[in-house]
Parts: sequence; C-alpha cells; structure tokens
Amino acid sequence: MNAQDTLDQHTRETIQHHFSPETGSPFWLKWAAENWDPRTEIQCFADISKFPHFQDEWLRDITNEEWVPKAFAGRPLNVFETGGTTGLPKQRVGWDDYKHDYEMFSDQLDDDAFPKGGNWLMVGPTGPRRLRLAIEHLAAHRGGSTYFVDLDPRWVKKLIIRKEYDQAERYQRHVMDQAVEILKHRDIKCLFTTPRLLESLAERVSVPGVGVRGCFCGGTTMTPQMVRFLVEEVLENKALFVPTYGNTLMGLACSIPLTDDYSVTYYAPQPRAVLRVVDPDDTQNTVDYDSYGRVELTTLTKEFFMPRFLERDEAIRRKPCNRYDWDGVGDVRPFGVMENKVVEGVY
Amino acid sequence: MLKIPSIPVLRSGEVYRSLEQQPINAIGTDQPAALMSMANSGLVKRDLNFVGKSRDVLKSIPAHDLMQMCVDAGDHFLKGTLPVGEQEYPQSPDDYVKSLSATSGLPHALIRMNMNKLYEIFTEMPTIIRGLTRGLDLAVLDKGYGEQHGVPVSYSANTDALAVVLPSNSPAVTALWMPSLVMKIPVLLKPGREEPWTPWRIMQSFIKAGMPKEAFSFYPTDHDGSGAIVRRSGRVMMFGDDSTVSQHALDPRVEVHGSGKSKIIFGEDCIDDWEKYLDIMVESVSANSGRSCINASAILVPRHADAIAEAIAKRLTEIKPLPFEDANAKLSGFANPKFAEYINGAVDAGLAEGGARDINEPHRGRERHEIFQNMHYLHPTIIRCESWEHSLANREFLFPFASVTEVAQADMLDSIGSSLVVTAITQDPVWVEELLECPHIERLNLGAWPTNRVKWDQPHEGNLFEFLYKRRSIHIAALAHV
Repeated sequence: MNAQDTLDQHTRETIQHHFSPETGSPFWLKWAAENWDPRTEIQCFADISKFPHFQDEWLRDITNEEWVPKAFAGRPLNVFETGGTTGLPKQRVGWDDYKHDYEMFSDQLDDDAFPKGGNWLMVGPTGPRRLRLAIEHLAAHRGGSTYFVDLDPRWVKKLIIRKEYDQAERYQRHVMDQAVEILKHRDIKCLFTTPRLLESLAERVSVPGVGVRGCFCGGTTMTPQMVRFLVEEVLENKALFVPTYGNTLMGLACSIPLTDDYSVTYYAPQPRAVLRVVDPDDTQNTVDYDSYGRVELTTLTKEFFMPRFLERDEAIRRKPCNRYDWDGVGDVRPFGVMENKVVEGVY
Repeated sequence: MLKIPSIPVLRSGEVYRSLEQQPINAIGTDQPAALMSMANSGLVKRDLNFVGKSRDVLKSIPAHDLMQMCVDAGDHFLKGTLPVGEQEYPQSPDDYVKSLSATSGLPHALIRMNMNKLYEIFTEMPTIIRGLTRGLDLAVLDKGYGEQHGVPVSYSANTDALAVVLPSNSPAVTALWMPSLVMKIPVLLKPGREEPWTPWRIMQSFIKAGMPKEAFSFYPTDHDGSGAIVRRSGRVMMFGDDSTVSQHALDPRVEVHGSGKSKIIFGEDCIDDWEKYLDIMVESVSANSGRSCINASAILVPRHADAIAEAIAKRLTEIKPLPFEDANAKLSGFANPKFAEYINGAVDAGLAEGGARDINEPHRGRERHEIFQNMHYLHPTIIRCESWEHSLANREFLFPFASVTEVAQADMLDSIGSSLVVTAITQDPVWVEELLECPHIERLNLGAWPTNRVKWDQPHEGNLFEFLYKRRSIHIAALAHV
C-alpha cells in the first residue's frame, strides 16, 4: 500500500472512531449532529477539506471532558497546554499519543549521535507541556535518563513585550547556569533545546566538548543561516544537529538530513498528522511547490481529531523525498513575518 | 547578467558570507544595486565574546604608527580602488559615488563633498586626536601611563570595542568612530539599511594602509542582532531621535547622537546688519542638504524676522531636485518614501495649528513634497513662527528646514534649550560672557561662522576619548622594566 492509500485508510478509520457513538467524543458527536455525518461524507483524506478550519479557541473555551473519546472514558488523562502568555492557555487531552509520536521519532535518530543508553538533557519549556513527558519517554525508550532545566516562555514573552530585555537576559543566564552545571557534572550525550538556548549554551561551554553527540532542536524559526551557524559554530561540526517542527497538537515532524544550503524541510508523521501548505487567501488549495503558503495541520489519532487547523506559521511547500512519500514544509517562519512584526524567538 | 556587489559580514576582519542575502534596491526600482550578507543575532553575540582578541592586536601596535596608517588611509579612501567583499568586485571612487547615490538618493555632488570631508578626517586625525585628548602624548596609550604637562597620568580602556549603530542619512556622520582606531579600540559597525558603502570603504582604506584587519567587524543585521550589539557591547555609539536619546539617557555605556537643534542667534547689536550674514544663514540651514545635526534648524532674532525669513527662503528656493549626476544637485532625496511623507505631514500639522507660515510656499510654486525621477524630495522650507512656543520653532528635520522667530535677546539663552551648535552673532561683551556660561550649548561659535563648519581640534557631541577611556590615579614606586 502506498502512502496515499495508507493515509486514506487511516482517515476513514479515524473518522469512524471519532464520530461513532460507541467511541467518539462528546464534542465531535454533537458537531456531527448539528452539521453532517463525516462517516458517510469522508472516504479519503481529500474529503477532509469538507470540514471547516478547526478553531483553536475551542481548546480553551470547551472543557476538556468534551474532548474525551468514549473509547478512553475512565482512563486518567494528561492535560497538555500550549500558548497562554495571558489568560487561560489552550489545552489538549492525551494518553499515549506522545509515546507513539516519540517512538516513531526515535526510529529516525542516528544511533551514533544519540546513543542508546545515553543520558539526555532537556533545556526548555517543561511545566504543563507535552514536550516534557515526550522527551523523558524518548530517552527512556532509548535506554537513558533525562535531566531537566525549565524555562518559562510565558514569562520571557511578557518581558520582551514590556521591553525588559535586561530581565530577559538575566533569566536566560539563570537557565544557562543550571544547564552548564549539569553538562559539566553529569554524563550527557543527547540534548534537546531550542535554537536560542543552544546558542546561549555554546557561549558558556563547548557543547561537543562536554560530551554531547547529538542535539535535537525545535521551538522557533530556523533560517538556513541560523541552522548553518548552529551546525558549524555552535556544534562545531562535531555534534549532530536534528531540527524538528512540532507542537502539542501535532506531534513531531522530522527533518531530512541537511545539505549545503542548510534549508530545513520537515515531513509530518503521516498518517497520524498531515501538513499542507495552503494559499492563505484560498485555503482549500495548496500553493505550488517551492512557494510559500500557510501551514495547515490535520491531526488524525484515536485520541485527538483536529481537521484543517491553520498554524501561525508559513512555509515553503516541498516535494516528497526518498524517505517520505508526501509533501514537506520548508524554511518555516511565523505567518506574516514579512509584513508584520511578530514577537517570536523568545526562548 | 550584470554582476552586482555583494557586501559580506566582517568578523574581526574575516569575510563571512551569510546564507541570508538582503537586496539593497536602487531607489525607485525593484532592481538590487547590491546584496548584503545579514548576520544572525547568535553569530553577533558569539563574536562579541571574542572582541578582546581584536583589541590585543591593536594594542600591540604603537599609537603613532596607527596614526600614520590613518593619515595614509585618506588617500586610499579618496582615490583608491578598494575591494567590496573580497577581491572580486573592485570599487573605484566613481563606483562608490554611484553605488551610494543609487541606494541612498544622495546627489553625486553631495557625496563628493562628503568624501572630501571624510578625507580630511583621515588626514587631520592628529589634530582631531589632539583635540580629543587635550594634547596627550599617545605613548601614554601604548604604556598605559606617562606624563601630561608634568603630571603623571594613566588611562585604562572602558571597553574592548566600540560598537556603532550607524544611520543611513549622511556619509560623513558615519565617521565619528574613526578616531577610536588610533586610540587602540577596535570597532564593530552595524551599517544603516541603505548605506553600507561608506563604512565599508573607510574600513578597507584603513586596512590597505596597514591597519590590522582584526580591528574591524561589520555586521549588517536585523533588529534582534542590533539589540544584541547595543545590550552587550562595552561602549556603544548610536544615532536616533529624542526617544532613543531618553531611552539610553541613564546608561553610561551608550552615547546616543540625537537631533542637534543647532541654532543661529542674533544680538541686539548686530541684528540691523542681518543682510551681511545671509550667506552664513543659508549655508547653515542647507549645507549637506540639511541632513546633519550641525545644520541650523532655528534662527532667533530680536527683530526683522519677516525680512530675514523672506530673504533666506528666496535663496533656498534655488535648491531644487536635480538628477543625481548633476554637478549642481544639492538636495538629497529620501530612500524611504515614508520618511518624506512623515516629515511633510509633521510640518503641515504644525502649520495647521496656526501662528506659523511656510515662507517658501509662494516662492517654490509647488508642493513641498515632490516626486522627481522616481525619488521623493522635500523642498527647502523656512517657517516664520510668531512665537518660540510654537511646535515648529524648535524642530529638526532631515531636509533644509529652519524656523525664524523673534525673541528678545534677554530671553534667548533661557529659551533655546539643548543645542548642539550655536552661532551667536554679536559683539556685546556682556552677552558673550552669558553665552560662555550657558549650559545648553555644546559648541559655541562666536561671530560669523556657519553652524555646519567644524574645526577638527574642537570635538563636539561628547568626547570619544573620555567615552572610551577613563583616567585613573597612578603611583609607580618601582617597576623593573621601566
């Protein structure tokens, strides 16, 4: 079965699951009752375009109980948060998705750079985020332990909005102090952090020099120049750099190995999640290959169904490649960054 | 395909080509006149940790040798063919003029005038340094201590590098940092969006004259990178408006060159002879297209304001937009049309308040804001204000603009506020004494001297030497190698 057939079959199964009274969630069952029955209308992934765009405020305004599929009723759930600089953050319920996602990701990792049994350090937003559990599971899945240094991006964002740059830098130094101590005194082989924090870390220590062999990075925009800088100077061409694109709603999109132009292309973990690069003015249509458009995410797991969510990112639509037989998203950046000033890159 | 220059990042003298190449378009076109390598902020931050090594290189060269290199560099700047990037794009003086004109809108004649001014800064550096250091023997900077006027002195550097966030508005302004190199402090330059050409050419002139390349870092960068430079450098020189000045007012690391609000003021004793000083007023307002902080933006007189405003306006009306190449072109256009629109709107808003008239309006016979050969221009404008309290009376704009206001001599010095240059036309000894005491004046010209003419041994806008070095007390009981 090719990738498209797999995706179409997965789509039908996911729709059956979420819109059947025996297994579906109160939210989607109510939605179907008020609109139309996706079980008859959706026969392949292309049919997903019949759904309107998923509204992310639903994840804030609707209680978490409404999102629990009956198939998971009675199982204690994880609540993961995203955003939330002001007001109630958006929340997503979950059980095992993060484990599946990060086990799939683990299969893509280079065992020399991320050795089995090696310990991990995560420097970045932990707290109520899915990422914190996901990294720990990834490390455990590969036979290692995880050390954590937390950074609260909501606080950093507030500091930046208030132009309290000195405070932001002091906070970053506080985070780095902790990370450096762990790197110096514990045997760490694998690192997860954000590009900014990685740069900052390398101002304090030689990252490969303290034993790190692989760095998996995600969180904010990475221009080709920034990636090149991270590879050549921050990681000194010695530790492997693995950029990823992901969030609480999707899971993790992997990148293909970097080439000389350092342009990063990510491929969604199909069929569990699908990324399309759409025309912002006509979101039914994708843009041409090698053109920028807005990123649209559809999540299709047993735990969570989210059709056609428009991310706050734009990217270049890239062609399928040898490893992934579906479209990729390249050189992701905040949507509208060329027209508007976007507060971004806070950590 | 026409090859266009590509301006790289310089990291302690090493050329670095970024993967992010920003086009600098020729004015009024979508054709790039150059590509500029953009440094990511992480790269800038990383390099800032190593600027001490660049200073070590400069420290190892006697200051007198650095001075000679500076003087020699003047010829290279004015006449030499210098590389843009590496060796692949040689830039002659004519190429420099054309490139700068294409991206900034400055007429060739003004650029050549500024080239000569910059040449003088190179070649007059001994006088400039003498003025800044009050005649300090530069060997003191080599050893760290010595004697001045028979008194032991010692100076220590406040920083490993001088960071400069440069403007795009006028090439000569970009030269304020040049003495830093003779003082053994490397420079880290962030060029303006439309004007990478002049700082680049100055650096290359220095390097060709023998100055170590390690002394020069050049980071075209975005807002984030610029912020890193300002926050992390030991000493920062930047250019901005009043809000930028107040933002950094309490930070001793940062010296902001804001608006100058330079003025010409007349005493009672000379005002009836004002026509004798008309040339000085016209030059002070309009030289360098009114772009410098040393251009007069206000003229205060005890009487005859109407006649003076009329006479200056009439003369300024002769300054019109002309093709860039025209040898008579004296008016600069605006690379960013929004600046022209904003400034014109601000002048109109002030006039709408009442109590002020645009004296040039009937003379020019057209709108103040004109698009000529795809370039936005603001015609010279003299505003006759009925009161010094008027919002346009003490404003400074980036074109030949000045107010003329009647103010009693006795009230002038209490009214003028902070003024970078004041030319006071008077022989009144009592008033001269008051002028010398006036705390608001940074540079005082007594008598007929245009505000825009500088003397190289008279530093203004802060003293770079005092910014970069601090004097310490010293006593040396015994040093074996002395």
